[in-house]
Amino acid sequence: MSTRKTIRLTVNGKPYEREVEARLTLADFIRHELHLGGTHVGCEHGICGACTILIDGSSARACLTLAVQADGASITTIEGLRNRETGQLHPIQQAFVDAHGLQCGFCTPGFIMTTLELLGENPDPTDEEIKEALGGNLCRCTGYQSILDSVRLAASRINTATAA
Amino acid sequence: MKPAPFEYHAPTSLADAVTLLARLENEGCDAKILAGGQSLMPMLAMRVARPDALVDLRQVPGLDHIRLQDGRIAIGAMASKRAAELSELVRERQPLFHAATRLVGHQQIRNRGSVGGSFAHADPASEYPAVALVLDMEMVATGPDGERVIPAAEFFVTYMTTALEPGEVLTEVRMPVLPPGTGWAIREITRRSGDLALAGVALTLRLKAGRCADARIAAFGIDATAVRLSEAEDALRGAVPTTESFARAGAVAAASLADPMSCIHASAEYRRHLVGTLLERALADAAARAH
Repeated sequence: MSTRKTIRLTVNGKPYEREVEARLTLADFIRHELHLGGTHVGCEHGICGACTILIDGSSARACLTLAVQADGASITTIEGLRNRETGQLHPIQQAFVDAHGLQCGFCTPGFIMTTLELLGENPDPTDEEIKEALGGNLCRCTGYQSILDSVRLAASRINTATAA
Repeated sequence: MKPAPFEYHAPTSLADAVTLLARLENEGCDAKILAGGQSLMPMLAMRVARPDALVDLRQVPGLDHIRLQDGRIAIGAMASKRAAELSELVRERQPLFHAATRLVGHQQIRNRGSVGGSFAHADPASEYPAVALVLDMEMVATGPDGERVIPAAEFFVTYMTTALEPGEVLTEVRMPVLPPGTGWAIREITRRSGDLALAGVALTLRLKAGRCADARIAAFGIDATAVRLSEAEDALRGAVPTTESFARAGAVAAASLADPMSCIHASAEYRRHLVGTLLERALADAAARAH
């Protein structure tokens, strides 16, 4: 048994097959093997949430997952959110831009991926529910208030669009 | 912050996993079981743990059930905490375990983290070991000699050490359903919502004829394992459930702690204070739920 393994997985709808070192984290796999730099690596031990992605539709910290554990999985990263036909930002991304939900932007992909899961499960969350859901993501710039504004704005825009 | 190299194995049956672990053990290979990885991965990243091999259980079938079994709730060790959190059975029949589950990490962690992993990891600041003591849970393990059942009171040995033998796989945890009318509560103090507790208490409380008939209380974040607070349990027996008797039980609990842990975030004296206050408040929560 070796320290390397071949994995097959789908990232943002595109299938990949790669031989990887068993110790490679999914975050480093996405960044260094697939060259998708949007998944940011902050603390590398599951505290900051910057590397949050979706694995089979559920949020996960890519630094706390080995690439080999994602064999067979379907991954969504921040790069998968933009509308492929129109090139438009996802409503959550646009809301973060419009409501100043980011300053330096380092934590933003993680916040947006966490918000994607939240609004998928709970389209009209209360402030408390938003705070609870985002509790695993750290931001050192904004003071969080503008992030809450962004999530509320995203929710209302998505709900308006869905109702129309 | 990158794990040191290790061999990776992903057995596809429990029998294969047990055989593999025995072989690795014989070869003098330090093997660790990988479940959800939410506690192990940080240890690997910081190289606090440097195992020679990881045995990933994700392809072993039959370890992720959540079901009523002989009147008790049985949860497969590989069931995710998120699955336990979303389980109607757990929410309705064992609300203490459900509430404890919601306090573990954040949703990103609970999506990936297994129920069994937290028991096997046995972090004394985590919620499950304390709940296990309160509920007299049972841990089911499979090893080379077959299956055995370990009561919670014998399972947690010391800091991050359990009664599991090398080569044994935790396969299931079992707990009673909460008897109707029994009060319950769990409270903790964390630096940030979802973090490990500086101190916490979990308990069940049974009232009878307007008095406390029986309380089962455990504290976490205090010692090398979760601890039963038996002196506070004794102090409550027969007491009328009032603010005063709960405050007295809190004081008894705080005084009964031999030597609370101390760290840069919370001194031993602060932890002692927290246990008293948390217990007082948790008893009020539980009494409000009991009838």
